[in-house]
Amino acid sequence: MSTEKPKVAFYWCASCGGCEEAVIDLAEDILKVTAAVDIVFWPVAMDFKKTDVEAMEDGSIAVSFINGAVRNSEQEEMVNLLRRKSGLVVAFGSCSHLGGIPGLANFWNRKTIFNSSYHTSPSTDNPEGTIPQEKHIMEDGKELTLPRFYDTVYTLDQVIDVDYYLPGCAPPKHLIMTAITAILEGKLPSKGAVLSPNKSLCDDCGRNDSKPEKLAIKAVKRPWEVEMDNEKCFLAQGIICMGPATRSGCEERCILGNMPCRGCFGPTDQVYDQGAKFLGAFASLLDSDDEEEIEKIVNTIVDPAGTFYRFSLPSSILRRKRMETVK
Amino acid sequence: MSKRITIDPITRLEGHGKIEIFLDDNGDVDRAILQIPELRGFEQFAVGRPAEEMPRITPRICGVCPTAHHMASTKAVDDLWHVKPPPTAKKIRELIYNSFQFEDHTLHFFFLGGPDFVVGPNVPKAERNILGVIGKVGLEIGGQVIKIRRLTREIINYLGGKIIHPVCGLPGGVSKGLDEEHRVEFLGWAKETVEFAQFALKIFNDVVLQNKEYVDIVVGDAYQIKTYYMGMVTPDNKVEFYDGDIRVVDPDGKEFAKFKAREYLDHISEHVEPWTYIKFPFLKNVGWKGFEEGKDSGVFRVAPLARLNAADGMQSPLAQEHYEKMFEVLGGRPSHHTLAFHWARLIEALQAAETMVQLLEDKDITNTHIRNIPTKTPDEGFGVVEAPRGTLFHHYKTDEKGIITEANLIVATLNNAAAINMSIEKAAKSFIKGGKVDDGLLNMVEMGFRPYDPCHACGTHCLPGDMPLEINIYDRAGELVKQLKR
Amino acid sequence: MSSENFDPTLIGFLCTWCSYTGADLAGTARMTYSPNIRIIRVMCSGRVDPQFVIKAFKEGADGILISGCHPGDCHYKEGNYKALRRHRLLRKMLEQFGIEKERLRLEWVSAAEGAKFQNVCDEFTEQIKELGPLNIMKGDINEYREA
Ligand code: SF4
Ligand code: SF4
Ligand code: SF4
Ligand code: FES
Repeated sequence: MSTEKPKVAFYWCASCGGCEEAVIDLAEDILKVTAAVDIVFWPVAMDFKKTDVEAMEDGSIAVSFINGAVRNSEQEEMVNLLRRKSGLVVAFGSCSHLGGIPGLANFWNRKTIFNSSYHTSPSTDNPEGTIPQEKHIMEDGKELTLPRFYDTVYTLDQVIDVDYYLPGCAPPKHLIMTAITAILEGKLPSKGAVLSPNKSLCDDCGRNDSKPEKLAIKAVKRPWEVEMDNEKCFLAQGIICMGPATRSGCEERCILGNMPCRGCFGPTDQVYDQGAKFLGAFASLLDSDDEEEIEKIVNTIVDPAGTFYRFSLPSSILRRKRMETVK
Repeated sequence: MSKRITIDPITRLEGHGKIEIFLDDNGDVDRAILQIPELRGFEQFAVGRPAEEMPRITPRICGVCPTAHHMASTKAVDDLWHVKPPPTAKKIRELIYNSFQFEDHTLHFFFLGGPDFVVGPNVPKAERNILGVIGKVGLEIGGQVIKIRRLTREIINYLGGKIIHPVCGLPGGVSKGLDEEHRVEFLGWAKETVEFAQFALKIFNDVVLQNKEYVDIVVGDAYQIKTYYMGMVTPDNKVEFYDGDIRVVDPDGKEFAKFKAREYLDHISEHVEPWTYIKFPFLKNVGWKGFEEGKDSGVFRVAPLARLNAADGMQSPLAQEHYEKMFEVLGGRPSHHTLAFHWARLIEALQAAETMVQLLEDKDITNTHIRNIPTKTPDEGFGVVEAPRGTLFHHYKTDEKGIITEANLIVATLNNAAAINMSIEKAAKSFIKGGKVDDGLLNMVEMGFRPYDPCHACGTHCLPGDMPLEINIYDRAGELVKQLKR
Repeated sequence: MSSENFDPTLIGFLCTWCSYTGADLAGTARMTYSPNIRIIRVMCSGRVDPQFVIKAFKEGADGILISGCHPGDCHYKEGNYKALRRHRLLRKMLEQFGIEKERLRLEWVSAAEGAKFQNVCDEFTEQIKELGPLNIMKGDINEYREA
C-alpha cells in the first residue's frame, strides 16, 4: 500500500443537511478522520468543484459518502460522476439508503407538488400562474436554467451501484466512526452490507421485556390520544412502533425520548419491503376473529402506508403510488 | 450591450443556489438574482398524514434547524386540537428551544459568519474558518466553543430524544419530562452558556468595535437596505423566540402591524418567479413591488437584527444592556445595516442563555404533569416560532380525525429571500461599473449575504456559511471573459 | 387497453389443505374456470406474506386471490384469521398506493367446494376486466427522463 492518504468525498443530494450535521457532530473525532484521510470533495465545507472531480482519474477517490435521495437531473448527473471516480460508494443516511422522509413525495408527482406550491397554497399570490421553468428566457433574451424535477424520488442504489449503506436519519456518531474505521483498516463486510447489526430494534430495546408473550391489540392508539407509559413496550400499549421491522443500531433514540420508532434504520437483511413486513407482523397482533370487529380495528390505523413506509417508500417494492391514480 | 455574470456558489451541477447578474447597455448592473434549484414539496406530501406526526416529519425540511420546525409544528398541532400544554411542558419546550437558539447562534458566529471579523475580512480564505478563529483567540477558547456546543446539544438530545430531528413534541405537551438530577446538571451548563455568550460579545467588542475600519464597513452604505422588519414579541414588545405575537415595523421603526399566528394570511403573501424554485414572501398590505427598498415595497426582513428592530427591548437584563449599546453605536433603531445581524445574533444568544438559567432555576420544570390529552375535534392549526434564521409559520388543516388535508409552510430563510437578492444587487452595483468588475465583488457579495445565514436546506439544502463562490463573467456572445474564484 | 381485449393476469395463493384441493376438484370434475388465474400453492393462507402479494402486483398481476379454509377449519387453527386481518389492513394500505381494494380478494373455499372455486374465479376475472390493467411502473429512473 502506498503511503498516500486515502481520498474521501462527501456529497449531498435531496438532503436536509442533517447528515452533514451528523458528521460535524463527530466534534473532536472529526480531527482523527481528517488526519487519516484526504478530503477531496465536500461542497458544504470545502472549495472543490465539480470540475476538480471531473479531472480526477476514474476510481481515484477511495470512498464517497453520499447523503440525500435523488430527485432531480443534476443530482443524478453528480452521483454518476462520483460513482465513476470512486472505489467505494457509501449511501449515507435514510434518504440515500431508503428514500427517507422526502420520499413520501412518491405518493404524488411533479404536477401535484408544483400545483400546491405555486398555485393552491393559501399564501401564494400568483395571479399570472407562474411556475418555475427548466428554461426561462429573461427580457434581454438570456436563458436561465433550473434542473429537471422528477416525478419520483429515488434511493441512491436505484441510480448508481452502491457498495455499503450507513442507515439512520441521521446516522448516529458511533456507527459513522465504526464505518470509517472499518474502511480505513480494510475490514469491511461483503458488498451491499448495511453497516449496523443485523437484528431488530426490539432485540436491543430496553422495553422488550415488558412485551407480553402474546401481544393482542384491541384498538390502535395514536400517540396524541394517550398518556404514554415510559417503560412499557409501545405495542403493548396499542401504539404503533416499527421496532419489530427495523434494524437495530440507533441506540433506541426515539424510544428513550418516549416516542415510538418510525423505522428510519430500514429493515434487516432478510426483509426486502419494510412496510409490508411490518404490516404482516402487526396485523397478526390484532385481537379479533370477527370480520366486523377487525374492520373496526383496522379503521383505527389511519395512515398505514405513510406510517409503515415513513422512511422507506422509494425503496419499497412498489416504490411509489400508481402514477395514473395520482390526483 | 448585454452582459451576464454568473456567481455559482457551487457550480450549477452541484446545485445549491446560483447568482446571476445582468448588466445594462452601459455595463452597469441592471439586475441581480439568486436562483434556488430545488424543491421538495413537503406541503403536498403532508396531506394524508396524521397531524400528530407532523412534528416528526417537518424537521426533515432542514437538518440545521430541525428544532425550529419541530416546535412550530408542535405548536400548530396544539392549536389544531385546541389544547394547551401544562406549564411544565411549556417550560420544557422553551428550554429546548432556547438551548437550540443559543447553540445555533454561537455556531454561526464562531464557525461561519464570525471568522470574517474575528480573523479579518482580508486574510486568506484558508485562515477564515474555525481554525483561524482558534488561532486568533487561543486554543483553549477554541476548545470551549466545541464544548459549549456539545453541552447545549446534549440538553436538546436528552429531552428531544434526538438532536438532529427531535421527537418529543405532542399536541398538549411533551413526551418526556426532566428529573431533578438533570435539572441541576443542566443548570450548571446553562450558567456556562451565559458566561460564554458574554465572552463572545466581548470578542466582538474587542475585535470589531475597537477597530474603526471594521465599524466603517458595518455602517457603510454598501451593506444597507431599508426594509420592513418582522419579529416575535412578548406582550410588552420584548424579543421572544417561542411564543408571542408577530410584530412588523416599517423602515422608520414605526409599528406597522401586530398579529397572531392565526392571522398570518392577512399579512403575508408569497410571490412566484419563473427562474427559481423558491417563493418570495412580502407584506400583503404593502404589496409586491419587485426587489425594491423602502416603505412602498412589501419586502421585509427577519432573523436577529430584524427581531431586535421589531421589538422595544430584550427580555433579560444582560441582553438588554447590549441591545441599548448596539442601537446607540448604530445610530438608532431600526438599523438597516445588514452586517449588524452578526451583532444582534450574539445579543440574542445571550438572552437565550439567560432564559435557560431562568427556566432551570424554576423547580416546577421537574413537575411530572407534562401532557394534556386533547379532547376536542381537530380542524385547523397555526404555529409560529422564531427560528434562528427568522419567523417560521406552520399551518395545517385536517379532517375530524386529525388527518392533514392541507398544509402551508412559510420557512424562515425564505422570508429573507427578496432581501438577500437586494443585498447582492447592492454589492454588485457598488463594485461593477461600466462593465468593469472589481475583484472585491466576490468578498462583498459573500459578506453581504452571510449575515442572513441563508440556510437553503429550508427549500433546498445549502448549509449556511462558507460557500465557495465563483463568479463567471460572460460577454454578449456568452464567452467567458473573466473568472473570479474563491 | 379496452376491457374487451384486456386479458388480466391473476394470481391465486391457495392453501394446500382446503382451497387447493377445492381447485383440484374443480379441475378433475372438468368444471372450466377462468384460464387467467395462476395458482400458487401455500401451506396455509396464514403463510401469505404481504411482501408476496405486493411483489406479485409489481411483477404484473392485475388481481390477487388469497383463498383458505373456512373459519374454524384451518389446519393450523388460526392461520386463516391471520390472513383475514392482514387482508383487511393490506387492502386499506394498497388503496393508498392507488391499487383498488377489489384487486385483492380473500375467499374461504373448502376441499369440497369445487363449484365455488369456479365461481369465484370467473367472477373475479370479470371484475378485474372491468377495473382494467394495473400498469404498475417498474419505477426506474429512465421512465421519467422523457416523461
Ligand atoms: S437521512 Fe435524515 S438527516 Fe440525513 S439528509 Fe435525510 S432527512 Fe436529513
Ligand atoms: S415494539 Fe418498540 S417499544 Fe416494543 S420492544 Fe420493540 S422497539 Fe421496543
Ligand atoms: S427509534 Fe426508530 S425511528 Fe428512532 S432513530 Fe431509532 S430506528 Fe430511527
Ligand atoms: S390450512 Fe387452510 S387456511 Fe390455514
